[in-house]
This record gives sequence, structure tokens and C-alpha cells, in this order.
Amino acid sequence: MYAYIVRRLLYAIPILVGVNLITFVLFFVVNPPDDMARMQLGMKRVTPEAIARWKEAHGYDLPLLYNAGEKGMARLTRTIFFQKSVRLFLFDFGRSDSGRDIGYDIRQRMWPSLLIALPTLVLGMLVYVSFALLLAFFRGTRLDLGGVVLCVVLMSISALYYIIVGQYVIGKVMRLLPISGYDHGWLALKFTLMPVLVGVLSSVGASSRFYRSIFLEELGRDYVRTARAKGLRESRVLFRHVLRNALIPILTNVVAILPLLFLGSLIMESFFGIPGLGSYTIDAINRQDFAIVRAMVFLGSFLYILGLLLTDISYSLVDPRVRLS
Amino acid sequence: MRKLRRMRSSILLLLVLFAAGCSDRPWNDPYPASQDGKNILYSSFSERPKHLDPARSYSSNEWTFIEQIYEAPLQYHYLKRPYTLVPRAAARMPEVWYEDAQGHRLPRRPPGGKGIAATVYEISIRPGIRYAPHPCFAKDARGGYLYHHLQERDLLSVHRLSDFPVTGTRELTAADYVYEIKRLAHPRLLSPIFGLMRRYIEGLDELGRRLKRDYDARREAGEAPEAIWLDLRRYDFPGARVVDRYTYRVRIKGEYPQFLYWLAMPFFAPVPWEADRFYSQPGMAERNLTLDWYPVGTGPYMLTENNPNLRMRMDRNPYFRGEPYPAEGAPGDAERGLLADAGRTLPFIDSIVFNLEKEDIPYWNKFLQGYYDTSGVTSDSFDQAVRVGSGGEVQLSPAMQAKGIRLSTAVAPSVYYFGFNMLDPVVGGLDERARKLRLAISIALDYEEYISIFTNDRGVPAQGPLPPGIFGYRQGKAGINPYVYDWTPQGPRRKPLSVARRLLAEAGYPDGRDAKTGKPLILYLDTTGSGPDAKAQFDWFRKQFEKLHIQLVIRNTDYNRFQEKMNEGTAQMFQWGWNADYPDPENFLFLLYGPNGKVKHHGENAANYANPEYDRLFERMRNLPNGPERQALIDRMLEIVRHDAPWAWGYYPKQFSLYHQWYHNVKPNLIARNTLKYRRIDPQLRERLRRAWNRPVLWPLGLLLLLLVLAVLPAWIGYRRHELATAREEAE
Repeated sequence: MYAYIVRRLLYAIPILVGVNLITFVLFFVVNPPDDMARMQLGMKRVTPEAIARWKEAHGYDLPLLYNAGEKGMARLTRTIFFQKSVRLFLFDFGRSDSGRDIGYDIRQRMWPSLLIALPTLVLGMLVYVSFALLLAFFRGTRLDLGGVVLCVVLMSISALYYIIVGQYVIGKVMRLLPISGYDHGWLALKFTLMPVLVGVLSSVGASSRFYRSIFLEELGRDYVRTARAKGLRESRVLFRHVLRNALIPILTNVVAILPLLFLGSLIMESFFGIPGLGSYTIDAINRQDFAIVRAMVFLGSFLYILGLLLTDISYSLVDPRVRLS
Repeated sequence: MRKLRRMRSSILLLLVLFAAGCSDRPWNDPYPASQDGKNILYSSFSERPKHLDPARSYSSNEWTFIEQIYEAPLQYHYLKRPYTLVPRAAARMPEVWYEDAQGHRLPRRPPGGKGIAATVYEISIRPGIRYAPHPCFAKDARGGYLYHHLQERDLLSVHRLSDFPVTGTRELTAADYVYEIKRLAHPRLLSPIFGLMRRYIEGLDELGRRLKRDYDARREAGEAPEAIWLDLRRYDFPGARVVDRYTYRVRIKGEYPQFLYWLAMPFFAPVPWEADRFYSQPGMAERNLTLDWYPVGTGPYMLTENNPNLRMRMDRNPYFRGEPYPAEGAPGDAERGLLADAGRTLPFIDSIVFNLEKEDIPYWNKFLQGYYDTSGVTSDSFDQAVRVGSGGEVQLSPAMQAKGIRLSTAVAPSVYYFGFNMLDPVVGGLDERARKLRLAISIALDYEEYISIFTNDRGVPAQGPLPPGIFGYRQGKAGINPYVYDWTPQGPRRKPLSVARRLLAEAGYPDGRDAKTGKPLILYLDTTGSGPDAKAQFDWFRKQFEKLHIQLVIRNTDYNRFQEKMNEGTAQMFQWGWNADYPDPENFLFLLYGPNGKVKHHGENAANYANPEYDRLFERMRNLPNGPERQALIDRMLEIVRHDAPWAWGYYPKQFSLYHQWYHNVKPNLIARNTLKYRRIDPQLRERLRRAWNRPVLWPLGLLLLLLVLAVLPAWIGYRRHELATAREEAE
């Protein structure tokens, strides 16, 4: 299995180079260095000399991908792409275009993101799986029909609406929790409760329906019939047999997104004032801070690859028939 | 035993929760209990500031912070209108004199400014001003600087400025102001006003070259850019020199009377060399310890928490010299209670907490709950906050009045305009054909309607480039644009569409068609914008042009492409705006000065308008003091640009602010940002009202629980029935 893991990690390198290259090209097609300089220097009284000096100071005065003025390997290395990308592979994110240490900012901001994302995931899984099992248990009854209708209604509502209504009802009408904000230590708890509740609720519809269909598929299998024939109680059939066998698609869903939890949620963080990585990325895009955008895309790609790898590994742990080779 | 322990823990937890519930402290209070009843002002920021270094920062959201920390020599009087400069750190207003080419002092300004080679500003600062505590000043027992010779290993446990246990202070000297002026030319800092100031401050350009040469040499020698400290004290230059401990002189090439306004901006605030030295040490920049993030000043507040991801906090500077609240103001200020604190020592508020609040809706709701002391009025909250009467009068909604909230409005020293590219072959040029076409469009663009639809009446239709409150602006009949408006007893009224159609026909486009070719006239509006609001605006513009049967094509791009088009002069018509740097007509009229054209000179004249007479008048006007002569020149200049119509003038935005009853001394000052020191709050009243407004409402929770039980009950019954049923029963 170790050989498999190493091989998968090596495969990741060309993928990361490719992702980095695509990000680089897309970013600079939309935001040439002159525009980045203008954005950083402000909108007023920006002279061409100031733009040139900013580019020189930040290393954006080189050609993008190929430096015809150099010789040998320097044609590739004396370019913005090489100079700005190579250190990423050592996880040295460098400094943002406004001068901040990106690695430090990421380390600071991943905790608030995790503080929201992890409880949302855990609590969400409990709620979604329980609700889906309940619907599966009462399949074909009015309760099931009502539940499915409720799921469809819930999944038809935009996440933004959940946030606004959540803030209005819990924060403004009932005045139970702060509408937005964040603090450190134990004080963070009262700020995370509402985002977690809203996060769970906003996905109840889609996730419960997804898991219900998985459970229903499992319920039609032979081993379920055998279990029932043995006289097992339905609850035992569901929790002992169906749930365990349905773990593979559930794992596919969950393990792949586990590493991405670091990256936070864009809308949620923005509305609740959570200083996480989701808002960090969108701020960087708005400010045309390529250094941060590049670092976050690289990190996102790496975590996604890691997530897929973890999913593969978890398969082999859950299902002994799966062997990694 | 374990069960007993668990039970005890549960009881304890319940007791804690019960105690929390019994406390009348609101559950939704976003602030820690330790701040209850404290003299703290709560505000917010939506975007983290890019720069806090006074040489680099050039944005109003950044100046909100640094203007409380740094003290420029001058400031605007808080209450007087029109805006008046008064001394801040300066002991008195600068002494200004002129010199001829031989360096002789001229007894007075020669007529027309002829023979003036330089203007000298001599600024004396008050003795005894001290910097806020900062580790850069910390000294050991022998008088040596504690933190000026740090190695990387000394910084291993340092992550923020407060990790340095010892701080110090020292007296502000004139040399600190001179040091900062030299910083404007520093090649690493890339000050946004270096390009402008090197045209005016004698020798600044040469200083910039010397600094760049030395900086580049050290970079090439392998030093990290952030760790290169150029000791600017050693770089003498004629533009700024120390006269004595408390006096310095700035020498301006020729004349530039607007320089006084610059002396009220953070660019000319003092920076101690110790701070520059301290932050230039290896390892500092890697820890985000830079002057750009941890300012050090002499102002009423100091930045004690700088977490731009979450919160910025400023506390009272313990060494602040104190400053009296103004004893005189504008007419009506005394009646509004704005002079109640006259003579009392500033600042009144102990701390200011700025929370990161990216979205308007949560901010607005927290303002209504009393967790923010003041709020703007966004389009989302406008209907909830404000009622506009049939005559355009604005008043608070009953809900706001019931809460004791107050409203203040002011026309901003800004202009949003609709520009024509004067280099364009269709709409540009000074010939009659193009002029009449522009005028026809100017009449057709109903900005009264635009303001009503898109800004909730928060704007005043513009009659020219000068907004109200700026010298040269005229009210009433004398101030209208006679080419677009007629004067009526009710005020200015836009000319009827028939006038626009006649002008269009005279321009060679009768009924919106080219008289020569018969083809419909198609014009292009270059703009940026996305979302439903922008689409509604685009539709509105199309509708305005349709009134003249002109086909309008909207070329909507992102801001970068738009800038590119403007720089290359390929846009035909555009929308743009300008916020004043200082309250002088020069700062608006230069937007139409020919040598300031965007395409040819990379200036701020986006319309690329060039009228030789206007340019001549501008050159005379800009150096004159406010008075009848200057007013006459401005009147003539306004007549020229109204006649030529390079802009459709657009509107002056109005700022609406709401504030709670416990917030005092609020007078909109849209030019200065150093106003927090004048504000006063009543924390006890705030605390009382917060508690009254935020009592938790629990019955919906009970209802929710009941609904949950009602929902689960059938499931439970069904489950039990299913489990207890026999196979036969199930089959039946």
C-alpha cells in the first residue's frame, strides 16, 4: 500500500504543475501585471513610472512564460511563472503582493474555517444519515413521501437564504446568538453555533435524499433479505447491515471533502464575519493579489488530491475486497 | 461512581447555563462581558486595509485608521464650514514666503506670480509632543536601543508587536517630518504621491534617484529588500530641511498653494527614524512586522490590536498631549449641541474597536441592536430607515425615531459624471456638430430620474464639476448650467426634450439618423458592472438615448479592461467619478485641464478635454487665493466647460449617516478622517438600551420543540407498530 501511496503522490506533481500553469495563464489573461500594479497602488495619480517601479519591486517585470532575452535554462527560469511557482512545491508561499506572509495568514485563518466546517460535517452527517435511515425505514409510506417532499423543498432554497433567515430569526427576532462576528478561545463557540446550524440545515435536503437513495439501493440486496429471513429486527438490519454496507458511497462523499474543509466556505464566512480561508481567497481575487490566489489554488489542488488518496485508502479499510496495488 | 461524576458535571453545566440565562446580559451580545459599560466606540471595516504606512496609504478606508494615529502638521477645523485648515501638531499656521531665482526672499507675492522661483513653507511644531509607546524607542540602562540590533534567533518567539516586552517613547521633533518627506522618494515604498510631489518639492526627484541607486546597489549585493535600511537622515536635500528642533522648511518649486492641504494629509505626518530602523531588521518582514502594519504616531490613539482578518483596535495614546474641543463652529452648531464640549480635552473615547464586517445586512441588524454606534444607509436598509417626502425632504422612519436614532446628511465633495471622450471622432472635438450632439445627450440624460431610481434620492444633480461646499460653487440661478437647465421659481428644471432633439438635428442627426447617410446613429457606452443593479442601469441608459432615437450599445467589461480603454482613448462615452483630495476648486477643475489628459499625459482628465482658454484660466486660477478674482476666473471656466459639455455632469452624491442617541458630537466632515477624537458616547445609556432591546425571546424555541415532537411522534408510533407486528399483520 505504501508503494501505492508514494506512486499517487508522485502522480500529483504533474497535476499540480498543470493546475499551477492553468491558474497562472487564466489569471494573467484577466489581470496583466500593469493592472495588478494599478490595483495595489490605488486608483488615483498612478503614473506609468510608478507602475514600472511596482512591477520591478514585486518581480512582475519579467516575461510571463518565456524569456527570449536570456540564454539556456534562464529562458525558462527568468520568467514570472518560474520565479513565482517553484517555491510553492516546497510549500513556501512567500509574501502577498501587499507584503503579508501568506503562510502565516493561512495558518491563522484555517482554524476558524475548521471550527465551522468540522462540526458542520460531523453534526450534518449524524442528521443526514439518521434522517435518511428514518425515511428508508418508512419507505413507501406517507411519512417517507412527506420527508422526500420536505427534502425537495429544503434543497430548492438557496444557501444564502438560509443564512439571512437564520440571522434574522435566531439573531434578530429571538436574540439568542450574535448575528455575526468571531472571537478566539471559548468565546468562539457562541459565534460558531449559528453558522453550524445554518450549514447543517442548508444541506439537509440534498444530503438526506442522497443517503436515502443509497440506503434504498442496499435494502434491495440479497443479504438484507437473508438477514430478514433470519428474523432480525428491522432496526438491526438497518443499523448493523445496511448502514455498514452503505459506507463506501458515504465515504466517497465525506473523505474526499475532508481536506477541503481547511479552505472554508465563502458565503458563510463572509456573512458571519468568520476570518477563515474562504474569505481570504475571495478577498485576494478582488484585490488581484496573484500571490495569494496562486497559493490558495495550489493548496486547494493539493488537498483535493490528498482527499482522493484518502478515499482510496479508506475503501480498503472499509471493504476488505478492495486492494490497493 | 463514574455515573455520579457525570451527573454532577451535568448539574454543574445546567447551573452555569441557568446562571447565564438569569443574567440580564444579552445572549446575542457579540462582545466579551469585560467590555460591558466601557467607553468603547464600535465600528467596522469591510475590507482589510492594504497600507497603514503614511507614505503609502492613499485610501479613505486606510486613513480612517492612520489619521487617528499620525499627526500631520495641519488639520481641518471640525465644525467650521467651508472647510478651514487649522494647526494640528503645528504650533501655528505655516509661514509662507516666496523667493526669486537668486534665492532672495520677496516681500510679497508679485502680481500674477511673476518672478517667483520657489515658495518656502516654514512649519513650527509644538514642543512636548510625545510618541505612543513603541518598542522601537525602548532603551537599555546605558541608553542604547534595546531592539535595534536583533538577530533572527531573537525573534523566534515574536509574532506580533506586543511580544516585545519593553516599549519607550520620545519627543516629536521637526526632523521626523523631514524624514517622512524623504520617505516619499524611497524606492521600496512606492509612495503614490511621489510622481506628483517630485514636480513640486525641490530636489525630491534627485533624492529619489540617489536613494534608488543606493538601494539597488545593496539589493545587488544580496540584501533582502525589506531588510535594507537607508538612513534617510544622511540624505540631505533642498526640498525639506530642519531649521531647529521644532522647525522645518519645505521648499516648493514655483508656486503651489494647494500644498497647504497636503500638509493636512498623512503623507506629511512624522515618522521616527527609529521605527524605520526597527522594522528593517532581518526577520521582521517575515513576521508581518512592518510600519505598514504597525504604525507609530503621536495622535490620540494607538493601534493595539492589528488583526485585519478579524478586528483592529485602537486605544488611547497615554502620551497624547491633549487638545481642546473647538470653541467655535458654524452657525447652528451651538443649537445642535455641537459646542457643548467646547474646551474639554480630547479624546473623549477610550478605545475604538473596528470589527471585520463584510456584509451590509448583518452590520445593519447589529446597528439596530445597539452593537454598532453608527451606520450608513445602504439601498437594502433605505426604506426601513428613511422616508422621503413628496418635496424631496428626508426624515427618519417611525421605527428609527422610536429607537432614538438620528440622521445626518451631507453632500460629499465628490462628483459622478458621464464623460465623452473628446478624442473620439463622433462625440469628441470642440466643433459645433459634436458640441451640440453632446449637449443633446446631456439634456436627454435625466439625472433627476437616475438619482431617484438608483440612489434613493441620495444625490444632487450636478451643474458643473464643482460640488457644493467647494469655493467657486454658486447656488441658485447663478449656479445653474444654462445649456441644460432653465431656472424656474421651484429651482433648476431640465430643458425639454424638444431642445435636445433640435440640437441633435443641428448636429446633423435629425431624429437620430445621420443626415448624410441616413443611417441610424449608434453610440457606445463603455462601463463596468455586473448583477441586476448594473443591468437596470444599462437599460436606463438605453432608454435615455432612445428618447433621441439614438441606439446605444453598452460595452460592459471588467475594470481592468475599462482602465485600458481609458488609457488608450478607445472608449467613446464612460461613467467615472472623483473624490476630492482637498476642498479646493483646483482639485476638481484640474480634471478638465488639457495637460492633464489621460491619453497624452497619463493624468486624471479622463475626457481628454483640451480648451486653450480654459487651460490658461486654470493656470491663473490655481495659484490665486480664494476671493473675487478667483471666483471670476472660476465662473468663466465653468461657462466654458458648460458650453463645451465634455461631461454630462452627472450628480454629487449625498451621504446619509445614522447614529444612536448615545453618540454625540456628530458633524459630517467628508474631507477629514481624524474626527474620532471629537466623538463622545454615553456608555451607560448604551448598555441600558442594549439590554432592553436584546432580551432573548424563548417561546419560538418551545414551539420548535413541540413541532419536533409532533413530527417524531408518528415516526415513533410507526416504528413501534412495525417492530411489534407479526409477519402476517404486516402482510395484511
